[in-house]
Amino acid sequence: MSHEQFEVLSNQAVAACAVVYFLALLAHLAQWAVERKVPVTASTGEPAREPAREPARAAVGAVAGSAVREDPPVTTGAAPAAPYDHTGDRADRFGRIGLALTVVAAAIHLVAVVSRGLAADPARVPWGNMYEFTLTGTLVVAAGYLLLYRKFSLSWLAPIVTGFVLVTLMADVLLLYSPVTPLRDALQSPWLVIHVVAAIIATGAFTIGGMASVLYLVKERWLARGHATGHATGLATGRGYLARLPGLEALDRVAYRTQAFAFPVWTFAALIAGPIWAKHAWGTYWSWDPKEVWAFITWVVYAAYLHARATAGWKGRAAAIIALIGLATLWFNFIGINFFFGQGSMHSYA
Amino acid sequence: MSLDRLDHREDQDVPVQRNRQDRPATAPPGLAPRELGRWAWRQLTSMRIALILLFLLALAAVPGSVIPQETVDPNRASQWQGQHPHLTPIYQKLGLFHVFSSAWFSAIYILLMVSLVGCILPRSAVYWRGLRARPPRAPHRLERLPEHRSFVTDEPPEAVLERARRLLRRRRFRVATAPAAGEGSAVESLAAERGKLREAGNLLFHVSVLLVLAGVAIGSLFGFKGGVIVVTGHGFSNSLSQYDDFTSGSLFNPENLAPFSFKVTNFDVTFIRRGREAGQAHKFSAGLDYQSSPTAPRKHATISVNHPLQLDGTDVYLISHGYAPHITVRDGQGHVAYAGPVVFLPENATFRSFGVVKVPDAVSSTGRPEQLGFEGEFYPTYAFTMRSGPFSAFPDAKNPAVSMLAYRGDLGLDSGQPQSVYTLDKQHLTPIRKADGKPLRLDLMLGQSQKLPDGMGTVTFDGVSRFVKLQISSSPADWLALLGMSLALLGLLGSLFIRPRRMWVKVRREGGRTLVEVAGLDRTAGGDLAGEVDGLVGGLSDRPVDGHGSRRSDGPSTAEENS
Ligand code: HEM
Repeated sequence: MSHEQFEVLSNQAVAACAVVYFLALLAHLAQWAVERKVPVTASTGEPAREPAREPARAAVGAVAGSAVREDPPVTTGAAPAAPYDHTGDRADRFGRIGLALTVVAAAIHLVAVVSRGLAADPARVPWGNMYEFTLTGTLVVAAGYLLLYRKFSLSWLAPIVTGFVLVTLMADVLLLYSPVTPLRDALQSPWLVIHVVAAIIATGAFTIGGMASVLYLVKERWLARGHATGHATGLATGRGYLARLPGLEALDRVAYRTQAFAFPVWTFAALIAGPIWAKHAWGTYWSWDPKEVWAFITWVVYAAYLHARATAGWKGRAAAIIALIGLATLWFNFIGINFFFGQGSMHSYA
Repeated sequence: MSLDRLDHREDQDVPVQRNRQDRPATAPPGLAPRELGRWAWRQLTSMRIALILLFLLALAAVPGSVIPQETVDPNRASQWQGQHPHLTPIYQKLGLFHVFSSAWFSAIYILLMVSLVGCILPRSAVYWRGLRARPPRAPHRLERLPEHRSFVTDEPPEAVLERARRLLRRRRFRVATAPAAGEGSAVESLAAERGKLREAGNLLFHVSVLLVLAGVAIGSLFGFKGGVIVVTGHGFSNSLSQYDDFTSGSLFNPENLAPFSFKVTNFDVTFIRRGREAGQAHKFSAGLDYQSSPTAPRKHATISVNHPLQLDGTDVYLISHGYAPHITVRDGQGHVAYAGPVVFLPENATFRSFGVVKVPDAVSSTGRPEQLGFEGEFYPTYAFTMRSGPFSAFPDAKNPAVSMLAYRGDLGLDSGQPQSVYTLDKQHLTPIRKADGKPLRLDLMLGQSQKLPDGMGTVTFDGVSRFVKLQISSSPADWLALLGMSLALLGLLGSLFIRPRRMWVKVRREGGRTLVEVAGLDRTAGGDLAGEVDGLVGGLSDRPVDGHGSRRSDGPSTAEENS
């Protein structure tokens, strides 16, 4: 295939995966709508319609010891604790369809990213501008969600992730699209690959963590308003999406685990690989260019997040808020700096 | 409040080292200075203050990105200052044009570092003592631990314990045998511990932050960074007077500048001709003939973006490039009053460039000394439309032209005020006018000459050279900062991902058989503690684990996680 054809392929794949993400979102919204009819009860951790023939499964769960399984019993979206009925079945089916569609969409998304790289002459890594960075970053979010789906029983995150990826992709195409061009001289360095890959992965992981932090705050507020009985234990009864979110501890843990993963990656991207590359390209490791200033700010805020989680009065709510401030600085650095201080920064993108 | 559950582990009878960082802030004690000092120190080294200082540091960095920094982009900073005459003095007082070396920014990070040291030292001491300590004894009631199993076997207790020791060692636990707390010798137990490196990682991380700071500080005290524009065919020798701009740390000594010199032999650039990227500079590189000292042999090197030349700890970088048209000015007497390449600074992607020519020593046709000045644009590929006026159609020098306005009068060179070579101080200059009274514009294609009115002379555009902008810099302890950062990352990984775990095995003779109890405790959640406990039980007993005890604890959950 010629470079032009790859470019066309990439554009079509972006459109196609957006459509499939949209369908996945619809499926999850349908799942959610169906589940609204089913109240969640906190009486038992095991979904009531999985009767006691399940001790073997419980034992497997205990041995596998996944983080969420160790939780105090919490019902998740996929496991409505209603008496066995067809509503729950339908919800499950919608959930599975949504998940399958998300996998398909992510695969097409991958095609879009790869062919974008092949479209350049000579072929290159597809991270030459904001459009490509966003294209890849959203793929990392989708893939990270799929990878962690089992480990953290992430079905409750499905509508958020598919919605987020869809909206971001649309904004990317509408606002940031730029045709394929070769990399500028300054970008032609192996450190580009290392630095940018790490930055994209960290951004994707911070984003997933941020989603969990937002849900933590929303759920906490919801519990505090007494929308659920038994909220003193973090267990909720009630209807709707919020009732089906995992307990605060589990949300906090997902947020922490993804952000604790992202933090060292970000440290490497922004404070090690970035400076090394800057040294090669511009002759100084660190020059307090606006992009660097904000990368530093993001780093410091997430360091504060880690400290907050280790400090008695700051755990939980305050930590979640700090994490979201960190995420805001991260996104501002990516989007805001380019638009507000574009001419003042040596980084033409990301 | 459900979050309180996160703290549940504290009320278990498990020795957990609590450090004073977690102590809630108390009101200051009475005014006894010693007490007050101690109180202040405890506050400063508390986690809360560390948090607040981190926030302040983040906040304090913000203006450094919003306001143009003199150290980052001096041109933009002075431009901004020109546009904001009222704010500028205030901002200057506040150090807002050099945030990262301002007193208040330094104050925040110095406080943070003091807090950090105050935090690390005691922790390190505790850790050091803890390192050699044996794993803590089995708690009295193992069944209260989150993961607990028990089974009965016919093997003698010693054999079970011996096997447990082997199994745990294989799983990289440190193992110690001791009688269990508060029980008779009928009970034997074994304690094992793993993952102590987590704390070491945390300490390494924080120490490394100090190392980074040391590296940065040394670099900014002893380092320098200078810029210079060199026209191809011309040379540079490394002394202060040769730089166009130069900044250095307060302990930098110009005597220590490495005594190298070089000549820029050539500059090559390829501009993409066709397609969407047309006009982008593709590859550019400059050839340098250099000597590392006046007596050293002459060598050749090619530098390009991402490929600097390193000379005695000093790096020479190719930053950008541009054009230097050759202008010759003959005065009214016909003498050459000025000749040579003049650097025109690029203004846009097509390399329309701006420059000035200053001719201080012309002599008019009547024999009067006269000063002439010219200012205008250079177009590498001159084009013209009625709508846009003159412009450059392409960045390469395909059809070069200069277009300059001419002035006469006093250039201000003798005023003692330092002056930029790239601007004309027009205070005492008047435009030279044509016969019709309009200001004279010289429009010269390559090789053309034009006469100035009143027999003032002629101006010729007789060639084009390229120039390169080089950055020459040295920051001596960069490697230290980089090393510190890498160690910090290493420590961080250890501190985030090593999971400290403790395991206990208790055996007791009961009615001719042996009752074995196994329990484990994690200091962080997310690890597969249950799996490890089950694995150990499986290795100790050939029988499948019975339901006795708590397989899945319905006591307190293990959701605790403090880091
Ligand atoms: C430049 C300033 C600092 C930075 C960038 C920083 C960064 C970090 C990071 C990233 C962590 C997470 C790693 C982990 O969980 O072990 C951490 C943990 C920690 N930091 Fe800092 N820190 C700084 C200053 C301080 C200060 C001043 C103190 C003492 C008051 C402190 C005390 C701690 C403690 C006790 C932990 C461990 C928390 C836990 O038990 O999980 N740090 N720090």
